[in-house]
Amino acid sequence: MLAALFDSIPAMIVLTGVLVGAAAALPGVFLVLRGNAMLTDAISHSIVFGVIMVWLLTRELSGPVQLIGAGLTGVLTVALTEALTRTGLVKTDAAIGLVFSMLFATGILLIGIFARQVHLHADTILLGEIGFVWMRTTPVLGVAVPVSMVMLGVVLVLNLVFVVLFWKELKLATFDPALAAALGLAPAALHYTLLTLTSVTAVAAFDAVGPVLFIAFVIVPPATALLMTRRLALIVPLAAALSTIACVSGYFLAVHWNVAIGGMMATMTGVLFVMVLSMRALKRQLQHRRPVPGNPAPWP
Amino acid sequence: MPMLVDLLGSQIVRTVMLGAALVGAVSGMVGVFAVLRRQSLLSDTISHAALPGVCLGFLLAGERDLTTIMLVALLTAMAAALSVLAIGRLTPLKTDAQLGIVLSVYFAVGVVLLSHIQAQGGGARAGITTFLFGQAAALSAQDLWVLGGVFAVATLFFVVLWKEIKLATFDPIAAAALGLPVRALELGLTVLLALTIVAGIQLVGVVLMVAVLIAPAVAARQWIGNLGAMTILAMGIGGLVGAGGALLSATGRGLATGPIVVLLASAVVLVSILAAPRRGVVWQALSAQLQRWRISGDRVLLAMDRLAAAHHDPDYPSEKGMLDTMLGRPLPGVMRRLEGQGLVRPVVHDPESSPHWVLTPAGRRRAEALRRTGHGPD
Repeated sequence: MLAALFDSIPAMIVLTGVLVGAAAALPGVFLVLRGNAMLTDAISHSIVFGVIMVWLLTRELSGPVQLIGAGLTGVLTVALTEALTRTGLVKTDAAIGLVFSMLFATGILLIGIFARQVHLHADTILLGEIGFVWMRTTPVLGVAVPVSMVMLGVVLVLNLVFVVLFWKELKLATFDPALAAALGLAPAALHYTLLTLTSVTAVAAFDAVGPVLFIAFVIVPPATALLMTRRLALIVPLAAALSTIACVSGYFLAVHWNVAIGGMMATMTGVLFVMVLSMRALKRQLQHRRPVPGNPAPWP
Repeated sequence: MPMLVDLLGSQIVRTVMLGAALVGAVSGMVGVFAVLRRQSLLSDTISHAALPGVCLGFLLAGERDLTTIMLVALLTAMAAALSVLAIGRLTPLKTDAQLGIVLSVYFAVGVVLLSHIQAQGGGARAGITTFLFGQAAALSAQDLWVLGGVFAVATLFFVVLWKEIKLATFDPIAAAALGLPVRALELGLTVLLALTIVAGIQLVGVVLMVAVLIAPAVAARQWIGNLGAMTILAMGIGGLVGAGGALLSATGRGLATGPIVVLLASAVVLVSILAAPRRGVVWQALSAQLQRWRISGDRVLLAMDRLAAAHHDPDYPSEKGMLDTMLGRPLPGVMRRLEGQGLVRPVVHDPESSPHWVLTPAGRRRAEALRRTGHGPD
């Protein structure tokens, strides 16, 4: 039964997408709430540099060394950005743009130079190949499981443990960083851990969706969930559910139209966002038209 | 080296370098305002959002026709900028999330269209992925007219509206109070930003275009404070790194132009941040060290002057340990620096073996000035 599931290529592809969505939503919710969402943009681009550097040092394209390398690259990106900002010579937004472009450009050039040995192409690096994740497998309990899925599973558990253990701290540091600092909760350390986990998730999702589509999974479902509920505990499962819907519908549409699966899944997260946004706007319109008795009429 | 000269002689290479220089120069010009208006990440969003436009233009034209591709890309880029505004209006999401959503979803649509074009096959499909990382070699002589046109439009816009743009950028409230159409100016700048981006993506690619916009501006800002001079310097830096990157990418086999241009531009930024006079990190560190030395030296002179007065002996030899006790340990090198300036003179005070100094006449004059005015005569 289980082996049959892992033999089914469509099931593998959809499940990989679902794992990307669930693993990305966990840090994503907090990044969106804290107004740091664009650091994902920086980190996921820089990961390309980390992946090729780790490959040059160890000749491994996946596995624990890549996860560690990703964590280090993420911290390097954020630290470089902050160092550049601290000189007072460059504003934060420009610093983010400069640092990730530099690391990404270095990574792409190194891939171009070593392309023949690394079996990587800059285009696939950028876009990922979720359609091919089932080709590289590793045995887990006697079942051949795609390497990407194992890595994503590990990262999902890691993220889940972090968010559950530090739920209270994350909540406080997100909504009242000054109080969190006053209570000695080290919001800076929490911030760096969150970004490190985002980088680790990015590298686990790398084969499947590449750095840019990964941003969609980190930001869009949590932002959509935020428009649907204000309860933090509901946002995380809601975001995971939204990306599951996006992955399943995206897969079938992609097969139907014969287009990129990862791209279609990410596009569907955007479609869901627009749907929720429109429903919200419609609801507001209706509420405005029908003034609640006892409340003053809205200002014309 | 002879290879480079051969390359420069080639008509294709000259075309490509001229095109790259044009793109770099116009990016530098527009980038100065993108950086000043804190629109770096918006630029990144707009350039990623040009990808679906590039693909749609490709599908419409049926081939690699730069004019059609640029027009449609300009439309999706503007749609992306408007989407950011709309999400900001309709939701409580923060700016970062607005940008991230638009960037990733538009790019995802672009990836879908890209795969659709590639699935169709044909010779033309090879040209389309070059828009991801840029391929200067794909530039044709006809394309130069398009890029030249963009350059002319941008230059004209800034020359005619320079004063207005400047005021609307630095003090939008005053500009509005003076009756300037601030909204229209902002719209004009955003359209120009999108136009520059779509002009640049075939050279640098959608992913790295943001660096070509902001790096020359950030570098130029370190050297010059005057806006006009800064803009011209940014244009120069952009033009040079564009042309240089195009040349390097033509020499290296299969190396995309975008990453090379970006690395060159990053190097210029790094040098500027370190070495620029007055603002640069090295300059600041050096001038802080000089300042510390000067203050420490002045304190030594005053202490020696007070010791001389207390002993009614203008040539009173002050002992090292005594000065250390009075001032705390002075910075290393301060005494040698004072000796070099001719303000103090080392003396031997038998039978003691520790170092002693006396004030020279110049040192006495400076100490007196310090005592009277609280700061040195300089």
